[in-house]
Parts: sequence; structure tokens; C-alpha cells
Amino acid sequence: MKKIFGYIILTLAAFSCKKDNYEAPSSTLSGHLTYQGVPVNVSSKDVSFELWEPGWGKSGAITVAVNQDGSYSALLFNGNYKLIIPPSQGPFRSITDAETKTDTTLLTINGNMDMDIEVMPYYMIRDAKLELSGTTAVSSSCRLEKIITDVNARDVETVFLYLNQTTFVDATNYIARSSLAGSDITDPANVHLSVNIPDVISGNGTTGDQDYVYARIGVKISGVEDLLFSEVQQINIK
Amino acid sequence: MKKYLLIIAAALVMISGCVKDDEFLSTDPKDLLTDDAVWRNPDLVLSVLADLYNRYPEQQTITNWAEFTNFDEAFPSESGQYWRSKQVDYPYDWWNIWDYGYIRDLNLFVQKCQAANELAADVRARFLAEARLLRAAIYFEEVKRMGGVPLVLEPMEYNFSGDPTYLRHARAKESDIYDFVISEMDTIKTVLPDDAGIKSRATKWLALAMQSRAALYAASIAKYGVNTPSVSLPGGEVGISADKATPYYQKALAAAQEIISSNKYSLYKKKAEDLEENFAALFYDKANNPEVIFAQDFKLKSGKTQEWTILNQPWSSAEEQQGGRMNPSLNLALLYEKLDNTYSPFATNNGNDYVYYNDPKDIFAGRDARLGGTIILPGTKFKGVPLDIWAGVMYWKDGKYNTITGDNFGDLDSIPVAGAPKSSQVVGTDGPIDGLQFSAQTGFFVRKFMDPAVGSGQIGTRSDVWWVRYRYAEVLLNAAEAAFELDQPGLSSTYMNQLRERAGFTTPLLDADISFDRIVHERRVELAFEGHELFDNKRWRLAHKVWNGENISADDVVSNIGKANKVNTMIYGLWGYKIFNPGNPNHNKWVYKVVRPSNVTAAHRFNLGNYYSRIGSDILSNNPKLVKNPNN
Repeated sequence: MKKIFGYIILTLAAFSCKKDNYEAPSSTLSGHLTYQGVPVNVSSKDVSFELWEPGWGKSGAITVAVNQDGSYSALLFNGNYKLIIPPSQGPFRSITDAETKTDTTLLTINGNMDMDIEVMPYYMIRDAKLELSGTTAVSSSCRLEKIITDVNARDVETVFLYLNQTTFVDATNYIARSSLAGSDITDPANVHLSVNIPDVISGNGTTGDQDYVYARIGVKISGVEDLLFSEVQQINIK
Repeated sequence: MKKYLLIIAAALVMISGCVKDDEFLSTDPKDLLTDDAVWRNPDLVLSVLADLYNRYPEQQTITNWAEFTNFDEAFPSESGQYWRSKQVDYPYDWWNIWDYGYIRDLNLFVQKCQAANELAADVRARFLAEARLLRAAIYFEEVKRMGGVPLVLEPMEYNFSGDPTYLRHARAKESDIYDFVISEMDTIKTVLPDDAGIKSRATKWLALAMQSRAALYAASIAKYGVNTPSVSLPGGEVGISADKATPYYQKALAAAQEIISSNKYSLYKKKAEDLEENFAALFYDKANNPEVIFAQDFKLKSGKTQEWTILNQPWSSAEEQQGGRMNPSLNLALLYEKLDNTYSPFATNNGNDYVYYNDPKDIFAGRDARLGGTIILPGTKFKGVPLDIWAGVMYWKDGKYNTITGDNFGDLDSIPVAGAPKSSQVVGTDGPIDGLQFSAQTGFFVRKFMDPAVGSGQIGTRSDVWWVRYRYAEVLLNAAEAAFELDQPGLSSTYMNQLRERAGFTTPLLDADISFDRIVHERRVELAFEGHELFDNKRWRLAHKVWNGENISADDVVSNIGKANKVNTMIYGLWGYKIFNPGNPNHNKWVYKVVRPSNVTAAHRFNLGNYYSRIGSDILSNNPKLVKNPNN
């Protein structure tokens, strides 16, 4: 008798609750920040934009971080969103939206969506070439193309060449770097930098003996906080 | 008989036990005081005011030690706090403040005090002035951290109409809030007592000191805001136009000079025979202290005590199994000049060899007395007990120095050299031991505000050393800075040399020596661990240069000393080693190395969005009139 009673309780317990959770968000919004279709590379965790979903009581932004290759992705509920790139974000200016005539873009999410966000960078790093020079240095060359040339144009403050042991390479993640002041650049179409590879590559933590480093070029634009970068490139030392 | 007694008793209970129904429902509460009761009794009003004093806003203080370790003044030697030296960015909402609960309580106090006719007029006027000073203090704190905020000077009431929009106020301009603070001080300074012996309540002199500080902040934002054009808002909620700099500097100088010329205060010089001890005593000596203008006071056995000494006491003289949390950085220590007015790193190397010292403290000799007064140095004493700060033994073997050290306070080990004793101490009782909490991981402990009294390091006793919020030395520095900015270097050097003379300098600075770097430097060394560094670097718009997120090497730390915009993103230490080399003249001498503690892994980065903290999204969505701060 007692046993049967126990089973009944168990059965009741198993069926007593039904799932009362909301569905998890399932629509992915992803893409790149681009200029004319070319991804704008930024530092690894400094650039973000905001999605606002109006109509839900107190308003708060969903902050979407942009990866260092300019890609982003966000898992969202279906619905209507407003997309805005805050003016302090990134080495670029946002483009006025044709529909809203402001910096706000209206978005309707219904299922997965791939969308590139066009921005107006101050510069683009073109033809970046990073290669081993000798056995202990990495040299780079690139062309700096000035994109914004109107009243909002800004000068290049410094060009950096960064090396790091991991694929995250930017102003706070590097083991070696060299720099060239913007005023010392004679020909923006021909910017050369070279940096020595440190004796110990695995300087930050232990990754074992590593015979490669990662490198990329960063451009600090005067008055703009976030740097503009070239693509991360692996340099094999041996 | 019993029956009658019972009947009479019952009758009595019936008659007297009940009161009239309407009285029953209007009985005065016994557990709280009504406004009517409070506002006719000065003692009760004072206790209301005491609560308001107790809520005085603060960021870094001796009751919140870990906040001192966010930047570059000190390393947090407690395992739960290492993240502070491992994080790159400062979250935008870290030191934000939006305390309209406190402001409302102050507004209510002001309103009720104005109506309290039953208090004597002079008593009431003083209470009122004190509340207005506290209200100005919180607005000053708001504007320091958030920029212009809504200036609400009446307690707002909701009328339950269902529409609260009339309670929404837009942000005032940043300069408006500073103007409010400055003008409030002008009004109340004539009402407040001018007794310099009052330290824990508002006086005329506190009003002037606060006015001088506020005007200086506004002036430097107006002047140096050009360096960060993106840190501004079109409506002026953030940013002050450059043409206002001069009037603000003039106001700062005038307020400071009113205090100086009153001769009510002077620099603390009671222990002139030992200048380091004198500088330390300035903070713990509460008897007739001529320098302190306003302090948060504590009292033993009253329940209001603080534990700064328990948290930071050196292991060698610790009264509990803890202490040593704040380790001042080498970055700070080497700012203290040599007595010939020159900057110089501590001499660790002589060519390719070390510099050998007979005594651990010799490396610090001939420096600004504020070095030893602010920082507990190796080779000195605390509470009469010699410090034992050294990182290990360097023994000579195979033609080079090898190092042996321990992993606990004062560990013993055998030095692997023939003829060495079987077991000897290989690391100091105070550390430094890398990664061991409570040990001096930079080689230093903090001395400022440390209580030399017996029992101050015991949890059962604690300490009653006060937290100094305003002191005369800062007034002199305010005057020196304002005078410098107003092109009066002669006046500036007069004020600055008073501080430097107290610190043991015998050669006064000349007018030509006064520069912006000098002003910044003097404030850093004089006011270290008093909660000024962050806000000074913000108003000078230096913060994003000093904490720029770039790694610094040991060579970077010891170069460019005294430059205002020197990069200071990572904390370094100075570790002493004992030489073991019997038969050599250097045996038992001491050498030093510049070391970065292994828990310092990241370089601090102060972003432009950190200049004015983030206003919370709930606040923004409650009040659409508020504009967001720039860059965050």
C-alpha cells in the first residue's frame, strides 16, 4: 500500500509542472561593420553598438560587442528593434539612415538575419603586408586611405605595429610594438614599420614554445579613442 | 473577602482599562519621534543632523580601503582584491553617484528648520547653515563624478494624480552646479561659527575651504577641457567654457587667502625633532590639531570606530592574524624628492653591479620627510617594533648571485652554500612574498592614518583616528595652484615652500621653478591616500594620459619622475635582498630590485567615457529629460 502511494506521489511529481519558461531567444542577427563591403577591423573588446526594443516598460539597450575582425552577432527575440552606433564608438562615424534621417536604423527581426552595417571610417588600412624580416623582426607596409575628407576629417596621430602571442592583438594586448608618429609619415601610401620579436614570446602566461606570433597594424586617429586596425596575421618564425 | 477583592479589582480594570476610542486611535507612537517633538528640541535636531553628516559622500576613505588600490598609489595585498590590478578598463558606472534620497532628506531638513520657530534663532541659523553646507557637498560630489545634475532645492512631493512628469527635472549645466556650491558657501560662511577648534562640524573655514576646492575644480575643467574636446555636451551639462577659468581661479585664490590670512590654522609642526613622525602625527594627533579643518571623527568604545590599522598593520607588529593590505607602490614612493629638490629613482644599481647598503633604510635616506611619513619603509619601526621587510637572500655561488626565499612570513631554510648555518631566515616577517596576502608585496606598507596606540590593531578595540577631509595644507596647495594659473608664480612659490619646509627641504623653490608639473607633483606627494588623485587627474584632464592602458616596464617606472602626464598604468615594487657571501665585504649588506608583483597583470586604462560616469539606464528611462554623459 505504502509503495503504491509512493509511486503515485512520484508520478504526480513528474507530471505536476509543465514548462512555464519563456522560449529562449533564437534569432541570430550577425554580420560585419563594413565600409563599401570591406570589414572594418577594430580592437577586441572596445567597440559596441546598441539595440533598443521599444515597448517594454523601462528602456535599456542591448549592447552588442564587435569582434576584432569587425564581425558581430546577437541572439535576439523576434521583434522590432532600433539600431544605433553611439557617437563615441569605433574609429568611424555612423552613416545617417535614409529612412529615419537620423543615426538610428529600424530593424525587424524575424528569424536569422545576416546584415552588414555600413559605417564611415576616418581611414582605411589598405594593402597591409606583414612579414618576417630576417629572423628576429616583423616588418609591415600599408597604405592609409583617407576616407573622410570633409570638415570632419581628422589626422593620423600614430601608427603602431603590434605583436602578440595570441590572436588578440590590440593596444592592450601586445608583447611588443613599435610606433610611427603621424607627423613623421611622409607618404601615406607607403607606411613602413618594423618591430623586434621579443626573446620570450610566451610572455603572458605559458603557451609552451611558440614559433609564431600574431601581428597587425593599428592606427590612432587624433581625437578618436578607438583605434583602427588591419587584419590579424600569423607570422611563422621558423 | 476574596470575592469582594475580585469584584473590586474587576471593576477597576473595567473603569480604567479602556480609554475613549478616538484617543485609542491617536496615541503617540513610542518607537519614533514626530516632527513636532523633534523641531522644538535642539538635542533631537542635532541627532537628525548627525545622521546627515554621517551620510557625507565619499569615494576613497579609510573605511573603504580597497578603493585606494584602483589606480597607481597602492597594491591590494588581499587575495580577494587582486582583480583590481588585473583589470584593464574601469567600468563607466564604477564611481557614479545619484543620491537624490540624501538630497531629499537635506531639503526636508532645510524646509523644516526654516519653519522651526520654537528653536532659538542662533541655534536654528547654525543648523540651517550646516544642512546647506552638506547639501552643497553632495552636489559638489555629484558634479565631480556625473557633471551637471538636476539642481533640486525643494523636497518634491508626488500628488498621486497618476502623472509624475512634473517631478522630472533636466540636468543643470556643470558650471551651474559649481556656481551653486560657490554661492552657497558665500551665504553660509557668515552664519557658521568661526571657531577653528570645531573639527567634525561645519565652520566658516570649512565653507571657505570647500569653496576654494570647488572653484579650483571648475577653473581647471574650464582651462584644461580643451585637451579633451569630446568630453563635453552641447547643453553644457558637461564641460565649462574656457573664458570662465580666470574668474574661478580668482575665487579659489580669494577663498584660500581668507583662510590663510585669518591665521586660525597653521601647518602641524608639533614634532619638529622628527619630521617623518611629525607628518604621520598630523593625521592621528587629534588634540589641538592646528591643521585639520574638517574630519570624520571616531571614538573608542562608542561603536563608531574604524579598522584602518587592523587592515593595514605590518605583520611584524600585528595584533591580529591579519593586516598589510595596502602596499604603497614604488611609483608613488619615488615621487618623493631628494632634499636638494631633485627627482631621483632609488639607487639600486651601480653600473652592472648592485648598490650595497649597510642598513635596509639607507636607500631611502636624504628624501622628503613625507616619504617616511606616508609610507612605512623597510628598516624603520612601527609601534616601536622594527619592520622586517626583505624578499630573500642572495648568496654567491658559481660566480653569480643566486636567490633563495620562502613562501610564508619569516620562513627558515638552509642556504645551499658550504659553511652556511643549517637553518636561517630567508624572507622577512613582513614579506614581501609574491602572491601571499597581507605581506608587503611592493615592499612597503601604508603609514598615513595608521594609529600608533596599543590596541588599535585589535578587532575588539579598533581605532579612533579620524578621516581628514579638509586640511590647511590643501588650502595652501589650492592657493598655490590658483596663483600659478593666474600668473603669480611668486605667490605660488610662497605657499608651496611652506609645505616643503615642513617636509624638510632647506632650499626654497624659486619662482621660475613653479610649473604645472610642480603643482601636480606637490599635490600627489602631499595628499596621497587622501582621496584626491582620481578627481585631480580628472579635472586636469590627465587621467586618460596617465592611465592609457599601455604596459610599462621597470625602466619606464624609474624615468620621467615628476612629469604630470607620466604613464602610470602598472604598480611596481622595490624588494630588498640580504647578501650572503662570507668573507666578502658585501656580506650581510642589502641590495634592492625593482619588481612587478605577479598579480599586476594588466595596465589600467581610463577611457574618455570615464571622465563623467554613466547615469543608470533606469534613471534615464524614468526621466527622459536627462541627457546621457558623453562617450558612454
